[in-house]
Amino acid sequence: MSRAARAAVGRPPVRLLVPAALAVLFLVFPLVALLSRTPWSDLPRDLTSGEVLDALRLSLETSTAAMVVAAALGTPLAWLLARVSFPGHAFVRLLVAVPLVLPPVVAGVALLTAFGREGLLGKPLFEAFGVTIPFTTFAVVLAHTFVSLPFYVISVEGALRATDPEYDVVAATLGASRWTVFRRVTLPLALPGVFAGLVLGWARSLGEFGATITFAGNFRGTTQTMPLLVYQQLQVNPDSAVAVSVILLFVSVAVLALLREHWFDKVAR
Amino acid sequence: MSYLEADVVVRRAAHTLDVHLDAAPGDVVAVIGPNGAGKSTLLRALAGLLPLDDGRVVCAERAWDGPGTRPATTQQRNVGMVFQEQLLFPHLDALANVAFGPRSRGAGRRAAEGTARTWLARLGVDDLAARKPRQLSGGQAQRVAIARALATEPSLLLLDEPLAALDVGVAMALRLELTEHLAGYPGATVLVTHDALDAMTLANRVVVLDDGRVAQTGTPQEVAQRPRTDHVARLVGLNVLRGTSSGTDVRLTDGSALVSVTAREGAVNACFPPAAVTLTLAEPSGSARNRWPGTVTSVAPHGAAVRVHLDAAGGLIADVTPESAAQLGLSPGRRVWAAVKATEVTIYGAGPEGSQEAAAQIPSRP
Repeated sequence: MSRAARAAVGRPPVRLLVPAALAVLFLVFPLVALLSRTPWSDLPRDLTSGEVLDALRLSLETSTAAMVVAAALGTPLAWLLARVSFPGHAFVRLLVAVPLVLPPVVAGVALLTAFGREGLLGKPLFEAFGVTIPFTTFAVVLAHTFVSLPFYVISVEGALRATDPEYDVVAATLGASRWTVFRRVTLPLALPGVFAGLVLGWARSLGEFGATITFAGNFRGTTQTMPLLVYQQLQVNPDSAVAVSVILLFVSVAVLALLREHWFDKVAR
Repeated sequence: MSYLEADVVVRRAAHTLDVHLDAAPGDVVAVIGPNGAGKSTLLRALAGLLPLDDGRVVCAERAWDGPGTRPATTQQRNVGMVFQEQLLFPHLDALANVAFGPRSRGAGRRAAEGTARTWLARLGVDDLAARKPRQLSGGQAQRVAIARALATEPSLLLLDEPLAALDVGVAMALRLELTEHLAGYPGATVLVTHDALDAMTLANRVVVLDDGRVAQTGTPQEVAQRPRTDHVARLVGLNVLRGTSSGTDVRLTDGSALVSVTAREGAVNACFPPAAVTLTLAEPSGSARNRWPGTVTSVAPHGAAVRVHLDAAGGLIADVTPESAAQLGLSPGRRVWAAVKATEVTIYGAGPEGSQEAAAQIPSRP
């Protein structure tokens, strides 16, 4: 809407402005409180403690690993949903979206019933090879992947849908196989969406708590990610919990800035 | 059997396309029709992008589709396609766009880029090889798109309104260039257009579509001068005069003279719309440099205008307003002067006499 048109419909009414301002306040106030309680002088010491460094390293590694899995499995799924019509298409999309709305702790329980020692797949795995999945770093990666894969798939599917399928047609007339078309045309054109999906999914992984603590437990060095550390520290050393929280806040803001560059601008355009 | 032999039947809820096409190597067949006549559907069916509901496509002695054959995929059909809106891959530079086809068909990177450079040079855009599509003008992008389509050495070239999205001046220049490239292209070309001028200048055969069916086929001259239905006349009503050009002067086959603004040597066609012809009773003294005396052979209503046929300059069509027709007392046998401004005349090469004759013998399908 142009400025002139905006002026023509009149001034924004107070009964809309006040709740809008309240909403902003409500969202910002806790963050301000967090920053105000941050023990800035002790921050360097708090953040370089072995516990924090372990959790930070584990969080970065598992979130990144989850995104590698998401890219490897999620990109083909996103392509399939965006480009191929098959029976049950709508149903598959619905299934993919379920983890988005599922309470994370339920996701953790579901993962346990699937891959736990008594789980559907976990039991035969343990009996045949002695392999245990729950309460390992691998379990953390699985939990992260389970909750972040839908974010990735939906983001990439949207990006693929937004690229003109006529380019695929042109490539086909030039003799390119469907795989070549995907590799050299479809995927490169959707790359901003792939990037946005990776960042979004990575951020979701980084903050993952419920599924992780249920399925992987809270063991320092192997399954204790940053959010789990915050939860634990809050009970024994609240100052340290605030310090770790601040790091996560900064990481989130950095992610937002990255996305703004590549994603929000694109949507706004 | 011809080089290209196609019976394309595609049924849609709104309309049915049922078209026969055939072409010899080197032929350029223009499929002309209004928007929505099924022209693009026809091209897509030939390219294998749309399944045929009935019919067959045979090209270069290979059955692409038909009863008892599994339809060849688009990749298996050796087609080159040029689209109205170019559709250059936006993430690849011009060179990579043109090299895409050869690489997809198995050439190594270096060989494909060599082929691409050759084709960019032939289209006169080799200096733009490193540019991304968004850095190209419409005309430049369409040249790259043509190079891309030809670089795979297709047996069938499909042009979908290749000039429609361009500025008039750019389209004019590219039309002339395209004539030359098509003359050097060994396969068959199917050109889809709604512009009679494209059909007249680029093609040696014209197929006029009406509501998904062929209304008339023939050489551009035949169709333009003897349109069989009103529909065809509306679409391709153009004066096409044959002659020999020397500079901007053209000696027409009936012996009369014509002047254009395009310098050209040798056999040419001179082309101008019926509305560009003005009729007077006395010899005109205005700025129009082309003026011929003649006798009216027929007068018939044509949309909001009146279409007049004369025997001037070997046969002319003129569109005049009903008021002028009444004022001039136009009726068969009336002696009049016809005048055309030199700037209204499009000149293009007439091509070899033989191919025109051969094409003229192919029976047209009503």
